[in-house]
Amino acid sequence: MEAVAIVGAAMTRIERERKADGYADLVYEATRAALDDAGMSIDQIDNVVTVSNDFFDGRTISSMAIMDACGSYDKNVTTVEGDGTFGAFFGLMRVLSGSYGTTLVCAHHKGSESQMPLITNAMFDPIYARMLGIEAITSSALQARAYMTKYGISEEQCALVSVKNHGNAFKNPVAQLPLELTVEKVMSSPYIADPIKLLDCCPISDGASAIILATEERAKKITDKPVWAKGVAHCSTAYHLGDHELHDVSALEEAAKKAYSMAGIKDPAKEIDLVELYDAFTYMEPLWLEGLGFCEQGGGGKLTESGKTAAAGELPVNVSGGCLSGNPVLAAGLNRMIECALQIRGDAGEHQVDGVKTALAHGINGPCGQSHCVWVLGGEK
Amino acid sequence: MAEEKKDLITLESGEMAQPFNWTAGVYGSKFLTELRDNKKFVGVKCPKCGKVYVPPRRVCGPCFEELTELVPVSDEGELITFTVVSFGFVDPATGAQKAVPYGYAAIMLDGSDTVLLHYVNETDPAKIKIGARVKAVFEEQRTGSLLDIKHFELI
Ligand SMILES: [Zn+2]
Repeated sequence: MEAVAIVGAAMTRIERERKADGYADLVYEATRAALDDAGMSIDQIDNVVTVSNDFFDGRTISSMAIMDACGSYDKNVTTVEGDGTFGAFFGLMRVLSGSYGTTLVCAHHKGSESQMPLITNAMFDPIYARMLGIEAITSSALQARAYMTKYGISEEQCALVSVKNHGNAFKNPVAQLPLELTVEKVMSSPYIADPIKLLDCCPISDGASAIILATEERAKKITDKPVWAKGVAHCSTAYHLGDHELHDVSALEEAAKKAYSMAGIKDPAKEIDLVELYDAFTYMEPLWLEGLGFCEQGGGGKLTESGKTAAAGELPVNVSGGCLSGNPVLAAGLNRMIECALQIRGDAGEHQVDGVKTALAHGINGPCGQSHCVWVLGGEK
Repeated sequence: MAEEKKDLITLESGEMAQPFNWTAGVYGSKFLTELRDNKKFVGVKCPKCGKVYVPPRRVCGPCFEELTELVPVSDEGELITFTVVSFGFVDPATGAQKAVPYGYAAIMLDGSDTVLLHYVNETDPAKIKIGARVKAVFEEQRTGSLLDIKHFELI
């Protein structure tokens, strides 16, 4: 693949409710900040990819409402309905097409304006599933139970993820929910859908984010700290829950394998310095770490227990606080990429990890990780 | 923009609804009719990989093969995974609130290779195990909906 770099990246503060700002306001804030980060003007953006979901925004063709805010006037603009990592993938393809030297990718979410269970319920089949009340938490609980039973992952091991990621959030000024927790506190929080408890869940959030991708030629003119897309892939599995076993994460394994192969990575545990993954629920962190090949199947609980995934560990995971500390859905995956880019540049401030050369960002679409997108980013081409 | 919260206006959508009429299709209609009229389950078998899908559908995803052979499957099966749900859910179609807690499960009927999602009438997680045997319990009044099954009971 020809070299493409992230040359600008920014996200808004993640908050429970940004009452003063509509989603277009959030998009403007993120776009403005990404341009400022890159030292670019809007004229230097050749095309735009927006990321949104009509149900979340409460209007059809939701992207039309942000056309001014993302600076897409008189530009080729298109929309990806899914997580921001998938939007960025499409943005990358547009740069690789040779038609555009730069792509702006922006994503937004205002969870505060709707009723999350009703919207995530609408993901499911209206004839066979929707009337039974299944939504994001219930389906994740089914997956958590299947995974934890299959491999003997304990609720305490999952609680450790909550303690770690909420703790990490104290050093991230844009995180919504830093919390000082203990395993006991997480374990004594009420069951929402067992085995998932309140403190195993991400919060509802408002936020937006944006990145700017550029060809090598353009990147070198824009910044002296480009972050290169070394490898990227996404892969999907069945739509109907339970067409395959819920603890089976072969779509993630496949996406990771392709991304590693592109990036020339043979042993991810040795070659990747930092991971930002989509931890909407605590059990997802060990499960996705297994799928990404950082340990064997069923080893995610022990990996968490070992302390290796702590901010000061060998493989820091979600140093930003992760989705558990703020989950503007759709923007959340783009936020994982932005966190990786800032770490590689050495611009992560108080939560900077020393010596991050290669980092992995991960996003998901659909219930229980129906689709996964894996990005390997690096400071060297 | 920094504004005092009291100066901010929000507009409510109210009881706005977006009604749809989703077709269940030929196979879905057969599946729902069998539930309604005979309290029986129907699946469809892939000619290539032999996988039986319940409810029946047109295409086997992994094989990209058209499915034509409808097959009967049991009203008993195995519990694949479950959760006890503690938060209320309002059915967007009816406005009815499901009483909490309730058991929710993925069930693989005997003769099927995919799971059906439905309620299970047990709310004590200690009394449910993955691998437990379950049987469908039907409503007296049936309309041709997944809700014609009241729940699955542990047997
Ligand atoms: Zn097949």
